[in-house]
Amino acid sequence: MASVKYIKGKEPHKCEYRMIFRNVDRQGWDPSIKSYLSDGGYKELKKALKMKPQEVTDAVKASGLRGRGGAGFPTGVKWGFIPPNNTKPIYLICNCDESEPGTFKDRYIVHQDPHQLIEGMLISCYAVGAKVAYIYIREEFPEGAKILEKAIEEARSKKYLGNKILGKNFDCEIYVHRGAGAYICGEETGLIESLEGKRPYPRIKPPYFPAALGLYMCPTIVNNVESLCHVKHVIAMGGEKYAQIGTPRNTGTRILCVSGDVINPGYFEVEVGKITMGELIYEVCGGLKKGRKLKGVIPGGSSAKVLSAEDSYKIGTGDSERVIGIEDIPMDFDTMAACGSMAGSGGVIVMDDSRDMAWILNNINTFYAHESCGQCTPCREGSLWMKKITDRMISGSGVPSDLKTLTSIGDNIAGRTICAFGEACAWPTQSFVAKFPGDFIKHTKPRNARKQLNPESKIAAAGLKT
Amino acid sequence: MIEACKQAQAEVPHYCYHPKLTSPGNCRMCLVEMGMPPRPSPDKEPELDSEGHAKISWMPRPVIACANTVAEGMGIKTQSTLAKECREGVMEFLLINHPLDCPICDQAGECTLQEYSVEHGKGESRFLEQKVKKPKNVKIGPRIRLDDERCVLCSRCVRFTREIVDDDVLGFVDRGSHNVLTVHPDKPLANNYSLNTVDICPVGALTSNDFRFQMRVWFMRETNSICTGCARGCNITISSRENKIYRQTPRENNEVNSSWMCDSGRMQYHLLESSGRLTEPMIKKGKSHEVVDWPKAINQTISGFSKFSGDEIAIIGSARMTNEELYLLKTLSDTLNTNIIDVIKVEGEGDDYLSHKDKRPNSNGAKAILNLKNPGSKLNTIKKRINDGKIKALLVYGENILRFGFDEDVLENVKFLVSSHIQANPLAKLSNIILPGAGYAEKRGSMINATGRLQLLNKAIESPGQSRDDWEILQDLNRALDGKDHVNELADLFSEMAYQVNALKEKTLSSIGGLGVQVIDTGETVPLLERESRRVKQGLIVG
Repeated sequence: MASVKYIKGKEPHKCEYRMIFRNVDRQGWDPSIKSYLSDGGYKELKKALKMKPQEVTDAVKASGLRGRGGAGFPTGVKWGFIPPNNTKPIYLICNCDESEPGTFKDRYIVHQDPHQLIEGMLISCYAVGAKVAYIYIREEFPEGAKILEKAIEEARSKKYLGNKILGKNFDCEIYVHRGAGAYICGEETGLIESLEGKRPYPRIKPPYFPAALGLYMCPTIVNNVESLCHVKHVIAMGGEKYAQIGTPRNTGTRILCVSGDVINPGYFEVEVGKITMGELIYEVCGGLKKGRKLKGVIPGGSSAKVLSAEDSYKIGTGDSERVIGIEDIPMDFDTMAACGSMAGSGGVIVMDDSRDMAWILNNINTFYAHESCGQCTPCREGSLWMKKITDRMISGSGVPSDLKTLTSIGDNIAGRTICAFGEACAWPTQSFVAKFPGDFIKHTKPRNARKQLNPESKIAAAGLKT
Repeated sequence: MIEACKQAQAEVPHYCYHPKLTSPGNCRMCLVEMGMPPRPSPDKEPELDSEGHAKISWMPRPVIACANTVAEGMGIKTQSTLAKECREGVMEFLLINHPLDCPICDQAGECTLQEYSVEHGKGESRFLEQKVKKPKNVKIGPRIRLDDERCVLCSRCVRFTREIVDDDVLGFVDRGSHNVLTVHPDKPLANNYSLNTVDICPVGALTSNDFRFQMRVWFMRETNSICTGCARGCNITISSRENKIYRQTPRENNEVNSSWMCDSGRMQYHLLESSGRLTEPMIKKGKSHEVVDWPKAINQTISGFSKFSGDEIAIIGSARMTNEELYLLKTLSDTLNTNIIDVIKVEGEGDDYLSHKDKRPNSNGAKAILNLKNPGSKLNTIKKRINDGKIKALLVYGENILRFGFDEDVLENVKFLVSSHIQANPLAKLSNIILPGAGYAEKRGSMINATGRLQLLNKAIESPGQSRDDWEILQDLNRALDGKDHVNELADLFSEMAYQVNALKEKTLSSIGGLGVQVIDTGETVPLLERESRRVKQGLIVG
């Protein structure tokens, strides 16, 4: 670690544990294969190819690695879902559609260390038996796509890609596929549909679980960029050793992307659960702006439920049960879930007391109303409805019943849609209104003081009177 | 699961699900609660509730009934608070941007949005915002119009065009609440099965140009019948009011036409409305025809034919005639001692779906009843004998033979020509006596389709003017000819026929039922049905 020198002004914080981001902002580093090989690149691929595929999977299982895309599902377990008697080709897809507002980690891996991703993908392909892998990169990363294409060319010329990789009986090809600019393409089945050239309508599960019926109805593993990079490090250290990083059940490191009202926003790679929210905000990010108080934090990308600074949170069970404030919440998957939110994609959005939560929710609602794919009814109609209500509230025409309506729309969406977008668009509304009712009530006026907005309801009211 | 619930009489409301199409699970109307009994540890008996059923551990989230399958021991709640809340929520979402224009919408009365909002809706709106505006009155094909504001985006029409008729021209564009159904800019929805999308549209988004604004559906009387456009014999429902047909829609029969029919078949009823219908019996006087009453027409016909010997008479029938009519035609021919009787064979273009190349609905009936091996094979002989002066009298029933090789020069040699048709045509002009018959929706009877299925034709409306049900005309001719008593009821006539015709042995009119019975093995299959049954086997559709 100590041997790595970083660009001045971009040195990692002392609380950080740089593993995936080891080469990000490194002095004298470029994304070429030359840089990568000079630092021991593709060593782990060689190591993995000497193992049996099952041993690689077992190592990943033993490492306890959990998906870094948002859901936090154990990666090794996911790989194990491929039907054992499968005869179809198997595909691996790298989900590089990093679209969750507040998240900006994958882009740095792609831009500055693409070979780490390629090596991670090759090891994963070897483990699951995939001969073809795709990198689905979002439309908004044109530079990233170019860098990846170049890196793949370089890797191929050095025989890390193609037939008989490193002289072993292992063939693998990686293709870069650029998305067309839709958030829903980050949902794994939506991504698969998009990759097949269709409109990215997420598929229903059952029956279309990607591990069994994925791309072209073949077994498909979809992993996040960061997750695939971790595989390389799991192989480097061995599963058990990797599992010692972080905390039990929340192993390894993860990259937190902090944005919002802090002095030093940015990306920070830390051991999972070894740092608390308070340490992250006040030490790593240099605290809040002068004279400001913490109001709330969205801990895992815009779809995660907001945490209020006023609330206290109960964590642990039995004897270890304790009540803590927002600053003491450890940044790991399980605690975040116990606190009623989620670690999600690692996008931490900090809000201080200068913020009006109705405006923030409106911002989030606008995003989700625009990105709903429109396949299933609740999310299609509900996301725009919620946006229209918060639009009206912040423009001064709110009515007291709006709070109840907003919450109930959220309740009618969450858990009733095909994909997790339903939760993603409902959770912000449900949590913002519940945690910061005051910010919403102040935008309302009693109904009789409000002019009729909807011409149709005016006509209807007139009709009732006559 | 949705079908299992239906069997258990706990019908689950739905928009996007259709048994003949794949389930996209997008409308979310069929959300129900589901659970399984927990697997007991080996030493324990499963826990039972007070009614002796295994206790069920319910899933915390609702599931869609359309895309899940049932398993033994599974519990499903369709009326729980959660299930009801889900439906209420979905109904509210569907209605907030819906124009609520039922008074001017053609679907009113058969709209699932209307029905479900009564059964599962909230009854009042909390929506204070502006509705989303979308395209209206869009011509998406020669026969169909689209109102995107009414569309619930269930994708039934998209799946139909893609999965059933391989004409993938419909799709969705834009995102979220602004999603709209649209048609390919260069390829309209013009295939011959396009109107099926109107039938399966659960709301008033797709409407038929032919039917829109013609009649409220609740005023119409429905008659189950069959389409006579080709030998397929698609099962249909004829909707009529006050002796006028307003539309024909397919009726499900999984042995014949599944749930579909072709557009040309649907439009057939316009033939019955044509201004050229023959409404009175007529006898030729000089160069023109004069209207007479039925007894006179019948008597003149018989006395006309009795002037000729059996050899001098030929009868040309039609495979549009019902079995009963063909049987009576045969009786007539036997009494007249004619030895030559045939029907016209009409072949056109068939397709790989339903439309059959045999454009007559009852060729198999004609074969069975008139003992024809090859319908149409005797026509050349008839023509030749007319030219040779051997055949001098001709009875033509239900066909304009001028279109099938008998030109006016040939018919000039016929001394006595009687024809029956529904339309005034050039043949009628040449005929000595014209007997106006009834169209396919104006009479009852049975027919045998291409796959050998005996099916019922039912009467939806009265035939115009003095025109009559053809079997009655033929029966009157038989009575006048042999002076004997003949049966007066169609059912009795069928039984009499069934006694004599091998293929119909032991069948009665009432035993045919709404879906028909298989009577002949023709070895033919229906391509569309074969594909559907393959998809059922693959588990893609319920069927």
